[in-house]
Amino acid sequence: MDLSQFECVSDYEWRIAPFGRMRVPAVIYADKALLLEMDQKVYEQITNVAMLPGIVKAAYAMPDAHWGYGFPIGGVAAFDPDEGGVISAGGVGFDISCGVRTLHTGLKAADLAPIKQKLADRLFARIPAGVGSTGKLRLNAAEMDAMLRGGAQWAVKRGYGIEADLDRTEEHGRMPGAEPDKVSEHAKHRQRDEVGTLGSGNHYLELQEVIEIYDAEAAERFRLRPGEVVVSIHCGSRGLGHQIGTEFLRQMVIAAPGYGIQLPDRELACAPLDSPLGQDYLGAMRAAVNCALANRQVITHLTREVFAEILPGSHLTLIYDVSHNTCKQEQHIIDGKPRSLFVHRKGATRAFGPGHPALPQDLRDIGQPVLIGGSMGTASYVLVGTEQGMERSFGSACHGAGRAMSRHQATRQWHGSDLVRELASQGILIRSPSLRGVAEEAPGAYKDVNAVVEAADRAGLARKVVKLKPLACIKG
Amino acid sequence: MDNVYWEHFSHQADIGVRGIGPTLAAAFEQTALAMTAVVTDPALVAPTESVEIACEAPDDELLLVDWLNGLILEMATRRMLFSRFAVTLDGHRLRATAWGERVDVARHQPAVEIKGATYTELKVGKTETGLWFAQCVVDV
Repeated sequence: MDLSQFECVSDYEWRIAPFGRMRVPAVIYADKALLLEMDQKVYEQITNVAMLPGIVKAAYAMPDAHWGYGFPIGGVAAFDPDEGGVISAGGVGFDISCGVRTLHTGLKAADLAPIKQKLADRLFARIPAGVGSTGKLRLNAAEMDAMLRGGAQWAVKRGYGIEADLDRTEEHGRMPGAEPDKVSEHAKHRQRDEVGTLGSGNHYLELQEVIEIYDAEAAERFRLRPGEVVVSIHCGSRGLGHQIGTEFLRQMVIAAPGYGIQLPDRELACAPLDSPLGQDYLGAMRAAVNCALANRQVITHLTREVFAEILPGSHLTLIYDVSHNTCKQEQHIIDGKPRSLFVHRKGATRAFGPGHPALPQDLRDIGQPVLIGGSMGTASYVLVGTEQGMERSFGSACHGAGRAMSRHQATRQWHGSDLVRELASQGILIRSPSLRGVAEEAPGAYKDVNAVVEAADRAGLARKVVKLKPLACIKG
Repeated sequence: MDNVYWEHFSHQADIGVRGIGPTLAAAFEQTALAMTAVVTDPALVAPTESVEIACEAPDDELLLVDWLNGLILEMATRRMLFSRFAVTLDGHRLRATAWGERVDVARHQPAVEIKGATYTELKVGKTETGLWFAQCVVDV
């Protein structure tokens, strides 16, 4: 990207002053090298977002931003319903409430070594992953609605987890305001036997080792100690979320002109928050958030079962569960005044700073754990939300490495079997139903996650706490 | 060059599908084939079972997205892959038959599941040589 298009506010903040139909500035948080590598489409998309009605303060792009649909992936924007603000199905994305959760295993990497292979094989056998896979749960109509209303709370009530898991999940495991009757029969059909499935693409379940501590106090509070093993689960709302995204995007594309909204890009399809369509989407999208929370909760339960079989008495505790494709109603201070805004995070992690009332009691003084997933073979990170981040990006940070290369380019450059062998030689076991899928997700097809996290930290969006190294990866 | 074919084009996070043919209906059929090729080699998919799809939209571009999303819904709920398509168009109304089979993970080695067809790079029109093309990015 051409740097002359920006005003350099600091080494990590690049501003685009409003021009044309932009209502607010656009801001990209990144270092110079990341910005230079970013696709020009990110510039186009973030300036397009700044044109949407009711947008507050600025349209933001995180350091991992890349070319998405309407919104860049790594985009954050907040809208005020009292100023004609909108809700955008494209601003949430197809994989509604896709996110990451990380669990302590209580194991040291040295204890894991002799059982790693067996554990990876059993996890791969137990947790449905990849195209066409189905879960053991098959929900009837009443249970589907109960799941869509109850989220992870529904799952825990059905025996898939413990009450303590909910304390460490955004929204206490249940997004209020979900309206299952706004979710189509097609969407419910797609989900009928997909609860507790990982999906495919960049979704995974990974065993990881804590290898570096940057913030000893926060690490201790999150109980992350060097050499310890954690499990991270990355997946979303599966077919139900995809279908809701598909259907509402279409409705919003067709309805936008009637609401007097000029779309700079059809994919930015949106509806006023106070319109019937905006409200319907909100109800359906919140149901999909619950679906994702339930899904990660059921997968957690399956993971615990596998651990208990191999290591009787093992105890997996949840550190935190974050969603990175959402629209949430939140209070933010704008020009000294609290305002209720609808914050879209498309490929961006909520990163609330210390003292926020939404945080669990025992973490409130330190801030929210921010879980950043790597790509198979590369590091993951845990960060913590900051006060500055609340000011700078509505309490949001990056969500992962972000792709640097298309799937097509990746398959031309790598073979799945070579990658599996190469990663094995580095001590990283890969289990996947598809070698082509592995090639498409090659670590080299992603940006350098270390640089992305460093930029998020330096920009003040969130503070680095620990670095995690992959030991085994179940790839969807 | 052949006058009926499909191809992929690059999108940073995902993948673009493009179908080309002498008629719009043929281009739509090829785009569907390009979409199967995102998941697996279409030559590996036996056209043994058929599914009917019908949709209607305000314009050709939205119709393409509806057609692909109709297929994605069938792929997801029937756990199928499709390798043969017959599309008929009547204005902005589409009727089609898709032939394929259930996913066989060992044989098809499906790379990725398709979440939805998007409005990104969505274009339907004529090429310089007078053939029809239909394209968009699919989210995987």
